[in-house]
Amino acid sequence: MIKPENLVYSRTKVLTDNVMHYCPGCSHGTVHKLIAEVIDEMNIQDKTIGVSPVGCGVFAYNYLDIDWLEAAHGRAPALATAAKRLNPDKYVFTYQGDGDLASIGTAEIMHACNRGENIVVIFINNAIYGMTGGQMAPTTLIGQVTATTPHGRNVELNGYPLKITELIAQLPGTCYVTRQTVYNPLTVRKTKRAIRKAFENSMLKKGASFVEVVGTCSSGWKLTPVDSNQWMIDNMFPEYPLGDMKDL
Amino acid sequence: MEKKEYKLLKGNEVIAIAAIRCGCDGYFGYPITPQSEVMETLMELKPWETTGMVVLQAESEVASINMLYGGAATGKKVFTSSSSPGISLMAEGLTYLAGAELPCLVVNVVRGGPGLGTIQPAQSDYFQATKGGGHGDYRLIVLAPASVQEMNDFVDLGFELAFKYRNPVMILSDGMIGQMMEKVQLSPEKPRWTDEEIEKLNGSWAAKGKPSTRERHVATSLELDSAKQEKFNQKLVAKYAEIAKNETRYERIMCDDAEYLIVAYGSSARISQKTIEIAREKGIKLGLLRPITLYPYPTKAIQELLPQLKCVLAVEMSTGQMVEDVRLAVNGKIPVEHYGRVGGMIPTPEEVLNAIENLIGRK
Repeated sequence: MIKPENLVYSRTKVLTDNVMHYCPGCSHGTVHKLIAEVIDEMNIQDKTIGVSPVGCGVFAYNYLDIDWLEAAHGRAPALATAAKRLNPDKYVFTYQGDGDLASIGTAEIMHACNRGENIVVIFINNAIYGMTGGQMAPTTLIGQVTATTPHGRNVELNGYPLKITELIAQLPGTCYVTRQTVYNPLTVRKTKRAIRKAFENSMLKKGASFVEVVGTCSSGWKLTPVDSNQWMIDNMFPEYPLGDMKDL
Repeated sequence: MEKKEYKLLKGNEVIAIAAIRCGCDGYFGYPITPQSEVMETLMELKPWETTGMVVLQAESEVASINMLYGGAATGKKVFTSSSSPGISLMAEGLTYLAGAELPCLVVNVVRGGPGLGTIQPAQSDYFQATKGGGHGDYRLIVLAPASVQEMNDFVDLGFELAFKYRNPVMILSDGMIGQMMEKVQLSPEKPRWTDEEIEKLNGSWAAKGKPSTRERHVATSLELDSAKQEKFNQKLVAKYAEIAKNETRYERIMCDDAEYLIVAYGSSARISQKTIEIAREKGIKLGLLRPITLYPYPTKAIQELLPQLKCVLAVEMSTGQMVEDVRLAVNGKIPVEHYGRVGGMIPTPEEVLNAIENLIGRK
């Protein structure tokens, strides 16, 4: 029987009742929940401004009960720059995928981070374009089959996977750069700690905090959720090793 | 009574000064000739130490306009300035701002195109400013200053209109007005708006942190349900009609007895004013209609004059853009011709007179 004193867990109030549109096995839902929990635990719902991307995360504003700005493709860091500078008492974060952040928005993310904007960047890297139907991303692995690399990503044709987080870590404007994942309870907890640290940093005027989450895209990868996790462990982690790259 | 302050200033400089004085919250821009003095003046004046205004040099015009989106969405008074090639880069951001119904001010100090073109004055961005520029059915409110004084005045007016209608406003200037110096009466200094004052203007909409007392605010232009998107498009149309009804501005000079009419805005209107004087000395009953808002366009103001007119000449520093709106207003009732110099070349009053004399068969 459920009595108040027996309740040890409840869904955070920062998540809305809307049914998420994400596919089974997708990492977005987990990361959304972690951000919502951090906002709830820090008691900053009224002080948080989210900037959502173009990509599967575009509807993040339907799921987290906070104020949102929906950006054009890749431009979230520019929006966040102004939102934070004009509202320095607010927590401002962007939520971006690999196409948004590492392809079309490369200029905006590099310069926002290099200027040391006191923002949080949550970067979901699943090595594919989810929303448009599984095309090649800048982070797509060599040999990986996508809708626009039907014969596998070929270096001669498509160049190399872009390790943008390693580049971001080199920028003096960032204070915290880390790569995490969310495929089991341990990694979920680690990612939550990283997100919390990033949010706390944004009031310390230390510069930008950047949390990459290596995630799965079962639909895009054409694998079951369980197989997706294994494929990620076997293929993504060697290319995108987990851990902190910078923590000042 | 408050003491009036006069200064001798460049058009670009006065934009910066007017913005600070009218309580602007933020400027985000990228250098481009012939308007770089706007940001240079702001940086020199350091308003962040006085009014608290934020000034930031962005990495590109693409970033500048998206910074405007970020600032405007939190309910702040933000502006940028650029020149033609930079405005092309802002086209994406402008349509998102219009689609999310966000207020902001964009100053275009136009130079000749296409492409990199020239750095000299032109009026060849009329189509871009008034007919779109970015994708989708949207409009900017477009103000066309013809003096350094109007560069000053239209900053405050631009913000007022932007917030009244929650719509981006463009000041469509050119390299001549941006670079020339004139005596200006500065606007009175106003404090920056408080959050409460912004809410008073047209309700609570800014996304600046959600208190538990209200629903979340989302600045977005996305709607996957076609029926809802159509409704939204129709709402915009109604808003634009309201703007046309309330905000159409123009000036008529020597039109009372005019048999011939020049329609010209901005620099071309200044030049054409001299043409009118010479024409009148020669006994030609020539008048000038100067659109001050290019969107909404003063169509009715032209139509009201038609019974007394024999023909109309549209004078603009382009190969013929605004002339299309003149023709739409005249609707074939009398001849409409275009005269313009392009590529950074500026017509003389005598050249304009010559064009009028050719049109009315005096030559």
